[in-house]
Parts: sequence; C-alpha cells; structure tokens
Amino acid sequence: MTAIAFLALLCVSILGYLLNRQAATRLRANGTRLHSVPGYHGLYALLSTIVPVAVLVVFWLMLQGPLIDRFTMSGLPAGSLDEVDAGGRQLVLTEIKSIARGRIFGNPEAWKVDAADRYVWMHAVAGWMLLGIVTVASLGIVGFARSCVAADFRARHGVERITSGLMLFCSTIAIFTTLGIIAALLFESIRFFERVPITEFLFGLNWEPQIPLREDQIAAEGAFGWIPVFLGTLVITVVALFLAVPVGLLSAIYLNEFAPSRLRAVAKPVLEILAGVPTVVYGFFAILVVAPAIRSFGATLGIPVSPNTALAAGSVMGIMLIPFISSFTDDALSAVPKSLRDGALALGATRAETVLNVLFPAAIPGIVGGILLAISRAIGETMIVVMAAGLIASLTINPLDSVTTVTVQIVTLLIGDTSFDNPKTLAAFALGMMLFIVTLAINVFALRIVRKYREAYE
Amino acid sequence: MNDMKEVERDAAAGDIKIQARGVQVFYGDTHAIKDVSVDILDKTVTAFIGPSGCGKSTFLRCLNRMNDTIDIARVRGDIHIDGDDIHDPSIDPVQLRAKVGMVFQKPNPFPKSIYDNIAYGPRIHGLAATKTELDEIVERSLRRGAIWDEVKDRLHEPGTGLSGGQQQRLCIARAVATEPEVLLMDEPCSALDPIATAQVEDLIDELRRNYSVVIVTHSMQQAARVSQKTAFFHLGNLVEYRETGQIFTNPEDPRTESYITGRIG
Repeated sequence: MTAIAFLALLCVSILGYLLNRQAATRLRANGTRLHSVPGYHGLYALLSTIVPVAVLVVFWLMLQGPLIDRFTMSGLPAGSLDEVDAGGRQLVLTEIKSIARGRIFGNPEAWKVDAADRYVWMHAVAGWMLLGIVTVASLGIVGFARSCVAADFRARHGVERITSGLMLFCSTIAIFTTLGIIAALLFESIRFFERVPITEFLFGLNWEPQIPLREDQIAAEGAFGWIPVFLGTLVITVVALFLAVPVGLLSAIYLNEFAPSRLRAVAKPVLEILAGVPTVVYGFFAILVVAPAIRSFGATLGIPVSPNTALAAGSVMGIMLIPFISSFTDDALSAVPKSLRDGALALGATRAETVLNVLFPAAIPGIVGGILLAISRAIGETMIVVMAAGLIASLTINPLDSVTTVTVQIVTLLIGDTSFDNPKTLAAFALGMMLFIVTLAINVFALRIVRKYREAYE
Repeated sequence: MNDMKEVERDAAAGDIKIQARGVQVFYGDTHAIKDVSVDILDKTVTAFIGPSGCGKSTFLRCLNRMNDTIDIARVRGDIHIDGDDIHDPSIDPVQLRAKVGMVFQKPNPFPKSIYDNIAYGPRIHGLAATKTELDEIVERSLRRGAIWDEVKDRLHEPGTGLSGGQQQRLCIARAVATEPEVLLMDEPCSALDPIATAQVEDLIDELRRNYSVVIVTHSMQQAARVSQKTAFFHLGNLVEYRETGQIFTNPEDPRTESYITGRIG
C-alpha cells in the first residue's frame, strides 16, 4: 500500500508539472510576458507537491508501527495481561505479530488470534488512510500550484528556494551523522571512565582487558592503559609510511614527468587498481606471503622474527597506501601551471631539477594533504592488521615483534557475546574515541597546511 | 606611427649570432613553420611581428629547443648559434638553454623568495662558488633587470607577491642571471600596463649592449620602438626581414604593408 501511495504521489506531481507547464505555455501564447519560463512553472508544481507530501509519508510510516502496536495491546481483553512484566508483554506482542503473518506455533489462545486479526485489519486501514491522505494532499497542492500560474508569478524563485532547501538538508545529514557518532562515542566513553580512571587509560603501560567472570573468581583485574596499543598502531603506521611515501611520490613523479605517454596510459590505471583491492585480500597477502617471507629472511640472518610482525602488516598496508599518495601527488603536480615548468626548463634546468626545485615545492600542499590523509587511513585501517598483526599488546617499537593496534583491539573487544555494561566492552568505545580524536587532529592539521600554502603560485 | 622613437640604427655593426636555414615545425599534422631562414645579429634587438597564430612564438621556441618539451612538436632544418648546430647530438639542450635565456608572455616567478628566484639559475649551473659571489650575481642581475631599488629591502619575500610589472622584470633578471648570450622574449609586455611596459622596453634597450635580444610582439609600435631589425611572419612563412625603419616606412611585400596598415591582423 505504501508503494501505491508513493506511485500516486509521483503521478499526481507529474500531472501538476504538465498542467502548470501547459497553463503557462498558453499564457505565453496569448502574448503575455511571463516572469518565469513555462518549465519552471511546471517544476514548481512538481517540487512543491512531492517534497512536503513525501516528508509527510515518512513521518506517517515512522509513527504507524508503534501506534498500531499500542492499539493492539490496549485492545486485549481485560485481565489477559495480568501478572505479566514488561518482557512478557513484548513476547505476547511478538506472538500476535507472528500469528498475523500466518506463522502459528501450537494452539494460541483465542484472544491472541482475535488480536492478530485486529492487527491485520488496522494495518490495512492505515494503508488505505495513507493512500487517501496522500492523494488528497497532493491533489490539493497541485490545484493550489495551478492557481498560482500567472504572468508575474515568480516560479523560478520558488523552484530555487525548494532546491536550495533540499541541498541544505543533504549537507546537514553529514553534519548530524558526525555529531551523532561523536555523541555515541562520548557517552559510552564517559561510562567507561566512570569505571576506569581516565589517567590510568591515558598513561597506563599495560593493556590486559580481562574482567572476572564471576564475583568470586580470582582473576587479574584488567589493565586498561592504551599506550601499548597506540604504540602498535604507531609502529605499523610508520612502517607503512616508510614504504608508501617514497614509492608513491617517486612513481607519481615518474608517471607525471618522465614516463612516455603510452606507458603512463597503462601504468596509471594499473596503479589505481591497487586502490580497489579489498583490504581483506591485502590481509591474505600479508599472512600468506609477506609474513613467511620476512620470517624466513630473518631466519637466514639469524634474527628472531615473530610469526605476526608489525613489519609484515605495515608493509602490506604501505602497498595499499601507494595509490593514495601517488594519485594525490600526480594531481598536485599536474595542477602546477605549465608556465613554471617552462620557466625552469628555459633557465637550463634538467627535468629532474625542475621537478625537485620548482614543481615539488609548488605542489607541496597537495602532496602533504595526500600524505596526511594516508596517515589517517593507516591509523584507522582494520582488516589488514586484524589478519596480520598480533593480539597481545606489548610495549615495543621493534617492527619485527608482534604488536596489536587500536582497531584490532576494538574488534576483539566487541566480537562475540557482549554485554555493554562492563569495562571490557566499554573500553572499545574509549579506544574509538581516542582514534577519532587522533585522526580528527591529523585532518585538521592537513586542512590547515593545505590552506596555508594553497595560493603559493598565483 | 608618430611615436616611433629614433633609436640609432647600428644593426650593421653586429655579427651573425643565430643562423637559421630551412626551419620547418610540425605540431602533429599541422605545418606551423614553413621553411624559415633568418640571420639574427649579435647586440641587436630583433622583433618578430605578425598576426596571431602566424608561428612567431613557435619559431622563437625553436631557438632554445623549448619545442622539445612538447611531445607532438617536430623541428626540421638547421639552426646554428655561434656556428654550432643546436640539434647536433653533442649539444646538451640543458646547456643550450643556459646560453639562450627566455622570458615568457606571462610573468612566471617561482613560488620562492625573490633572492632564490634569481639565484636558482646560477645555483644549478654552479656559477657561484661562495655565498658572497652569489649575492653579487643576484644584485647585478636585479640591477640589470631594473628592479633592484624596488626589491633590495625585501629580497627574502616571495617573488609571487610583486606586482605584474615587477614580476616580469624579476623574470628578466632571472633570465639574465645565468649569463646568457641570447635573450628570447615571448610577448613580454602583453600582460603589463603601459607604465610597466615602458619600463620593460627601456630595459630591453639596455640589454642590447650585452645580448642579442629576440622579441616576439603583437604591438607594431613596440617593435618600432625597441628593435633594430624586424621580421614579419604570416601563416608560418617569414615574409619580410629587414631593418625596422625600412619595414615600417617602406615595406616591400604587399602582405607586410597590409599588416602594418591594419588590413590583415
């Protein structure tokens, strides 16, 4: 029924479009000078019908379910819900709903079958009411819009107001989602910090997120110091950047400045395919190829290497970041005006000198922006490290050791049966909060750098 | 042509600096320069004039092999500078460009300080052994560019912060800093206002003492004011190449006459 209502809305608003356009065309044919061209009169009817009625339908659908549930429960015969607590009421309602869908288990009581019948009936009535309201409202608005058509009616302004309102709405979605995420993280983190002091979390050197399962269990009290976990993230990020930054920069410079155009036409798309490889596949690559290779190489040199190393995870992550950095650098280099390149070449600079001394400084803001975004990605990257880094948090900066990262810990803390009222699970939110703060700081920093140097060549 | 300044026409005094014979340039399938032969004299300002798209800038870019940097451009024919064939495999285009400086239509200072803009060429060519020598080169070049007095107190501010006319004189100073023997100027005043243009024109007249200057210009008045020899290009052909005074007062070719009297352009 909802689909039919939407279809009706669409048909009526298209009808409004045609009516209004026709009316305006007729006005113009009579020799009147219109303020807006007929197409805008049509669009005005279309938009002013479809937008408010669609909003109405969405609200209706949001309220319909809970209201019908409430009517169903309050319509039950007196006494049938005596001695039933809140959870029991929920069970009764679920049973009524499944009877209404035709899935009947055993022999339900007669009053439940009655309730299910009423439930079905109310849904049908609500559907018809929705269809009726949508049709009446949209026809009414179309009629009103039709009556507006006149020589000096400013339909174009109306259309622009509605579209700019729509754009405003779309842009606020992102803002409100961000605020919602921050709020969720913040509330859960505060609950965590009620149980674990914030100083212990920020400065503690141990990360052992266990909690006793029973009151009397003699287990170690969990330790929630995030430093070893963050150190792991840091080590892996640094390893990744050590690989990705030079390789990405040099490949971009080569492709942009030196490569023959035919090689560039092949190499650039291939490089960008790297960006499309799912990170879980990079994870396979890390555990099946890179980690054993590093281990056996370490064995030949006589260096002890753990099976999961920060080096393996970090270098594979670095490979993932190469296209990121190289495409940013490539864009930044291409954006440098050709006149600067000519100027340097005409002074007798070689191509390499031109790139190094003139193009590179001019492209620095774009390149730094790319690198900082790559850092944000490396810090937030999860799948590769879940597969290829370790689980034990150890306070080390040796890339040949097994380390764990913030994202890995969040995943392991939240996997499986969890209850959201103990420090172990709440710790995940605190970690997420810290991750959010760190990446936010990096992004703000990146934006500032880019802004500061943006107009260096103008 | 009333404002034509009578500069002394001592063109005959110069020796041949650049000798071009049968130069052809193709951009892809377009035949941009058709069999151009010209002798450019030392210590002389030579102007290239002609309607837009006639190939004068393209020919200018042949002289320091800047057309090499364009993938689709092909250059045929002989160009000799001081008797050396510039297309000879033994000639390094990088060294050629140090010897044949170029100033572009739009001022293109590097996003560096004024000092570093000038010092860039001397640094990459190793012209200065010490910091003091480099300082001297920078000061001398800026003086030659007639901009020293305006920037001497802010040498370490970015060159991009100067006004358009100052930027163009900075670029001329930058080109001069590598001690070139020939200076190519591709419409150096087209982005400048009349006052800045007058300053740059005075500068060009100064530069003639030390260099062979080749200037591409859209303005016939400018060609008449600054040059001793003028070449008229039309549709990729060199139509006429003579003393500036003669070409403007007594053109031989009917196409030249039409252009300077404003019938084609």
